[in-house]
Amino acid sequence: MTPLGFTLAVLGISYLAGLLGSLVGVGGGIIVVPALTLLMGVSIQKAIAASIVSVIATSSGAAASYVSQRITNMRLGMVLEVATVIGAITGAYLAAWISGRGLFLIFAAVLGYTAWSMVRPKGKPREPEPDGLADRLRLHGSFFDRSLGQEVSYRVSKTRLGLAVSYVAGVSSGLLGIGGGVLKVPVMNLAMGIPIKACTATSNFMIGVTAAASAAVYLMRGEVLPFVAAPVAVGVLLGAKTGASLMGGMRNNSIRLVFVAVLAVSAIQMLLKGLR
Amino acid sequence: MTAPTGKRAATAEDAISAILRLGVSASLLLIGTGSVLSFTRRGGYGSGAAEVARLAGPGGSFPRTLSWLLGGLGHLDGQAVIVAGLLLLIATPVMRVAVSLVVFARERDRVYLAITATVLALLLLSFALGRAG
Repeated sequence: MTPLGFTLAVLGISYLAGLLGSLVGVGGGIIVVPALTLLMGVSIQKAIAASIVSVIATSSGAAASYVSQRITNMRLGMVLEVATVIGAITGAYLAAWISGRGLFLIFAAVLGYTAWSMVRPKGKPREPEPDGLADRLRLHGSFFDRSLGQEVSYRVSKTRLGLAVSYVAGVSSGLLGIGGGVLKVPVMNLAMGIPIKACTATSNFMIGVTAAASAAVYLMRGEVLPFVAAPVAVGVLLGAKTGASLMGGMRNNSIRLVFVAVLAVSAIQMLLKGLR
Repeated sequence: MTAPTGKRAATAEDAISAILRLGVSASLLLIGTGSVLSFTRRGGYGSGAAEVARLAGPGGSFPRTLSWLLGGLGHLDGQAVIVAGLLLLIATPVMRVAVSLVVFARERDRVYLAITATVLALLLLSFALGRAG
């Protein structure tokens, strides 16, 4: 394969990853890393480094529109970010100590979890419990829900649990080059009592900063190869933009199932790579 | 949120949104331009499978000193332009946090000023940590 062929192939793969990801509501990183390693033969460390940079691009793009629509709970984002950023630095550091096989195994587990989380029955948000920390930090919020045509206000509970989960999401982001939204959003929604739209918006808001922390570590370490990272960043962002513009009636079950199948196949392949 | 008193909160949100949008677009433009330069200019990417192995190989690491970057930008080296784009992309969320810091400082919100300053410090630390690691 020539350098041009490689670039075009990675651009195409990343575009599809960004497109599929935005249609089902996850970032592209979770598909880009398996695709780069399994299809293009890139080492997992270099694939993770390229992916984490693209995560900044997609999440910042999405965050910009959520923030201007006032759906993002910026206070909550700032508070949980402290935990995700510490986690991201931890993860980016751990990545240097874990072997390539170990990374394949951990990635396979997260892929499997993501696939499962997309097909499991949806839980019901709990009744909000009083949370002194959330009161003191004035985390409770409200936003205008366009589809309901009314202002939705909510109270935040279990802030400490949110911080703990945000740390774990940050570690997985720094370690695996993904956004980590798939870990945070269910907890923010079900345990902390935040409406799903505000969860998605706030999670996206945090992911840019989280990914920037780990990307800085990877970049300074010399792991971000311009030749690989450039087509990944451009492809994933363009794919996500296309996905967002198609969003209207496209969010249906068949796309979800295709996506789950892709995740499951990737999980098995990465598991095999790790065990070999 | 805390029923913001009209204008100031509105401008903060718009400023944050604008920074994110501009940062992403400008960095993508740099990354795209750098890629085109790498393919078209002498001294950029070579050809053949061996070159792919070199550029994307597991042993690959690229020069990451500031003088390499500035020198490369000086003579429009494609990879240096891509790296400038990558740096701008990483800096975009950092700038967003810096703007929030100013907003909380203006509102004299000490708790959030401290929280935001912590996040900013951690982000700056991550650059230093990567360098050391």
